[in-house]
Amino acid sequence: MNRIDKKFRELKKKREKAFIAFIMAGDPSLGVTEKLIFELEKKGADIIELGVPFSDPLADGPTIQRSSQRALRNKVNLDKVFGLVKKIRPKTQAPIVFLTYYNLIYHYGLEKFVSKACSCGVDGVVIPDLPPEESKPLRDIAGKNNFAIIHLAAPTSSRARLRKILAASRGFIYYVSLTGTTGARKKLPLEISKNLRAIKMMTKKPVCVGFGISSPAQVAKISGAADGVIVGSAIIKIIEKNRGRKDLVNKVGNFVRRLKCTR
Amino acid sequence: MLPDKNGRFNGFGGKFVPETLMSALEELEKAYKKAVREPRFKRKLDELLRTYAGRPTPLYFAKNISRKAGVKIFLKREDLLHTGAHKINNTLGQILLAVRMGKSRIIAETGAGQHGVATATAAAVFGLPCEVYMGIEDIERQALNVFKMKLLGAKVIPVYSGSKTLKDATNEAIRDWVTNVRTTHYVLGSVVGPHPYPAMVRDFQSIIGRETKSQILKYEKRLPDYMVACVGGGSNSIGFFHAFFKSKTKFIGVEAGGLGLATGKHGAALCKGKPGILHGSKSYLLQSKDGQIHIAHSISAGLDYPGVGPEHSYYKKIGRAQYVSVCDKEALEGFRMLSEIEGIIPALEPSHAIYYAVKKLAPKLNKNKIVAVCLSGRGDKDIDIIKGLL
Repeated sequence: MNRIDKKFRELKKKREKAFIAFIMAGDPSLGVTEKLIFELEKKGADIIELGVPFSDPLADGPTIQRSSQRALRNKVNLDKVFGLVKKIRPKTQAPIVFLTYYNLIYHYGLEKFVSKACSCGVDGVVIPDLPPEESKPLRDIAGKNNFAIIHLAAPTSSRARLRKILAASRGFIYYVSLTGTTGARKKLPLEISKNLRAIKMMTKKPVCVGFGISSPAQVAKISGAADGVIVGSAIIKIIEKNRGRKDLVNKVGNFVRRLKCTR
Repeated sequence: MLPDKNGRFNGFGGKFVPETLMSALEELEKAYKKAVREPRFKRKLDELLRTYAGRPTPLYFAKNISRKAGVKIFLKREDLLHTGAHKINNTLGQILLAVRMGKSRIIAETGAGQHGVATATAAAVFGLPCEVYMGIEDIERQALNVFKMKLLGAKVIPVYSGSKTLKDATNEAIRDWVTNVRTTHYVLGSVVGPHPYPAMVRDFQSIIGRETKSQILKYEKRLPDYMVACVGGGSNSIGFFHAFFKSKTKFIGVEAGGLGLATGKHGAALCKGKPGILHGSKSYLLQSKDGQIHIAHSISAGLDYPGVGPEHSYYKKIGRAQYVSVCDKEALEGFRMLSEIEGIIPALEPSHAIYYAVKKLAPKLNKNKIVAVCLSGRGDKDIDIIKGLL
């Protein structure tokens, strides 16, 4: 069984919701990313979403765009992030999923990407610019290797589209809370819970919500209707503000503990 | 006819966009297919193109430059269109479509500013608010077009990220569309982006080739031996070539050679790139060994783009077109040549095509050959750049 499926089964038993934390590999450095992964796990992150930086992240708002740029300046590429996961894998069993854009994977080679990911201990990948219509070649390879291709669903997805997405997605479904790019928002759309209930009626797979979620109150509220929440930009902002400081890892850890505690 | 129902041109193209946009693309495709079947839509667009934009544009036998080149050179005068370039063919079509779909806001990306001006113009005619994303570097080098867009009532939004040119203006336009997808139509300016854009923009631009065909048959009683056009995203060239696809006419697409292909500072995606995914479709791309998108370089903002339309990648794959490059310096020579000999000041983009046709292609041909060049835009917008260089 894939580590993601195992995690959701465990959480279900404990009647808990998943807390998924996003950080960008190589921001501020791969060394710090390594420490952050352990800290996130320790402070309650159930799944680690690790960004692999791309030059043109068109689903991302300014915070993650800047984070990608910093990581790219550190010359981070897929091989280096694979290396990082391989290095830490003996010390953690937390599910790790990549978030990156399709060109990096296409350019790397689909077969090579999946086999390298599996051998290093990466459990799945979220690709914002790869809808189910275009993901079949990658899904076919991933399926044989028990590697999760996590698809996104959006508030604008029709029922017909949702059916395609739910069928294609493995690991979980990444529900995008709003029409827009990533980035902390003070207010989230009111219809999230209603949309989530509709999706939950259509699938048994876990549905997690991301985009815009940044405060303990928002996490608590959305956890009610979803199987998990994803927080990215709010964590990246803390990393951005505390770059070069000794207590960076602690600060991120404290924030994550606050987000996790509220449930 | 390609693309297939998945928006693929023999493997290139497709729809690689965030899920949020997928429904909007489906809606656009449906609306477009329905509109083109309706005679009323076609009549309305034809009338606008004729009475507002100034179609048909002349096919001009450029006798002075022909004498110099030693072959017969014809120029398709898209530079004479309203707003000064072929871009208006597409924006009028797309705005008509946006109105039909009930969209209340228009956005666009622009490089040289020609597409921005053409979008702002069409939006003004139909009373729709319009916002245009433009890289800060392009805002500086195409100040005249920025001012024109403002006069036309559009808002120009400067883009400071990444390349600060067309690539990142397109990223920002897509991000805006993701955010405002329910109310907004995104008028993409070239044969790039996710399906149905490459096919739709090609169809709107293919009037260039259809006119050229009937004009050359009238003048010469035969089709041209060669057709030459510049390729950035590739809309003027695809529009120029498309009606001749099944003929024996040879197509040559001229990419931006920038400071020279060896320097890495150019915009020659087809000559030097590799297939990849950017801005919603699979096509040739300038990218690093890790798959990061390279920043293109060209003296002409309109060719300063690391990607190219998927149909061009298809033409390359099947050998239907040949793709070459012309560097900044040579383009300037083409610019001067046409201005001085023929009395036509071209934009820097088609100056690439002019140079190639006269200096590279013509010397290899015997003198009864016919070469048609798409003069996609006029040079007013480039005067400030040229002043600094000559």
